Amino acid sequence: MATFQFDFVGPERVLYSGQVEAVQIPGTEGEMTVLPGHAPVLTSLKVGVIVVTERQNAGKRIFVQGGFADIGPTGVTVIAERAAPVEEVTPETINRDIEAVELQRDASEDPKVREALNGQIVQLQESKIALGL
Amino acid sequence: MPSLKDLRNRITSVKATQKITKAMQMVAAAKLRRAQIAAESGRPYAEKMASVLANLAGNLVGGAGTPRLLSGTGSDKVHLLVVCTGDRGLAGAFNSSIARLARDHAQRLMAEGKTVKIFTVGKKGQDVLRRQFREQIVETMDIRGNKPVDYEFAAEIANKILARFQDGEFDVATLFYAQFKSVISQIPTAQRLIPAELPEAGEAPAAAGNAALEFEPSEEVILETLLPKNLTVQVYKALLENAASEQGARMSAMDSATRNAGEMIKKQTLIYNRTRQAMITKELIEIISGAEAL
Repeated sequence: MATFQFDFVGPERVLYSGQVEAVQIPGTEGEMTVLPGHAPVLTSLKVGVIVVTERQNAGKRIFVQGGFADIGPTGVTVIAERAAPVEEVTPETINRDIEAVELQRDASEDPKVREALNGQIVQLQESKIALGL
Repeated sequence: MPSLKDLRNRITSVKATQKITKAMQMVAAAKLRRAQIAAESGRPYAEKMASVLANLAGNLVGGAGTPRLLSGTGSDKVHLLVVCTGDRGLAGAFNSSIARLARDHAQRLMAEGKTVKIFTVGKKGQDVLRRQFREQIVETMDIRGNKPVDYEFAAEIANKILARFQDGEFDVATLFYAQFKSVISQIPTAQRLIPAELPEAGEAPAAAGNAALEFEPSEEVILETLLPKNLTVQVYKALLENAASEQGARMSAMDSATRNAGEMIKKQTLIYNRTRQAMITKELIEIISGAEAL
């Protein structure tokens, strides 16, 4: 099956780079699966899991907390501030993240910011359930 | 003429100093390598961010919906200078050259009648600028110990800058740091943060290829979330460059200090040996002339 280049870059290092068959991306407007030859799209990400399929039944799952995906003619690049392989996500780390966002929300007075952070908390809790933690 | 004991003491103390500077040089060399690796591995993120931003902004510039982070507030009355230095000294001209650049900039702006506010990151810059700009410093942060720079810290700085911008405290923000060229050359640099400086026209062909790019959600919304992130990235990049520059400057400063100590030891040893021989000769002459007199 045809493949395309997929890069996943974090601020401190490149987390993943290689040829893949498909990538499932949690876009803010909905989940989407990118296959070779996808139309160019720039989308922001919500909290969720990126599923990378390298070959049939072989791949990786990466947990992201927001970021951007740039789907271009040559490949897909995801830039995310905070990400970790799913195996490294434990109930403790996710609870810690939820608490951190809650603190941030409580510290802010801007209703718009509070709403955005509330949404993030909900997404975090959803992914916690989705990951079976 | 100093006594032999004095000379011996002096040589021992210079030797001890040389050992310290030598050790500092080696520590700086090891840290420099780590800082360089960190700077290199952070580059793809910054580059990608810049190209996405260029794509977006190219379509938007001039429009009414352009976010203020990109277009500015429309005035340039109040300037915020973000001065990034190290926390520690003994790094040659590293800290002072950044501080000097910031100081010149501040003086020029003040001469033009603009209001200047200063935000220092790192103890040393704060120490230098406090003498002259006590009134202007609005916020200070320390790099906190020895640990390598991380993204969280950059985000913290960027958030503070953003909060002040949203409160309308300043119109233009400029970041000061030392760009790392090589071990012997670090260039103090001023970079405009707000309004955002866009990557140069080199990105143009890429932008043309993406003419049919779709956006989810809209371009404006993406740009609005991207710009604060871009600010963090710029700060992070500056901190990484700074970390590498600091270690580079310290390494070459300590290298020349070690060499100077070596020269001084050589000179002092020569004086010591001469003095010792002169004393022996003197004693011999005294013995011989005493024997002859009998």
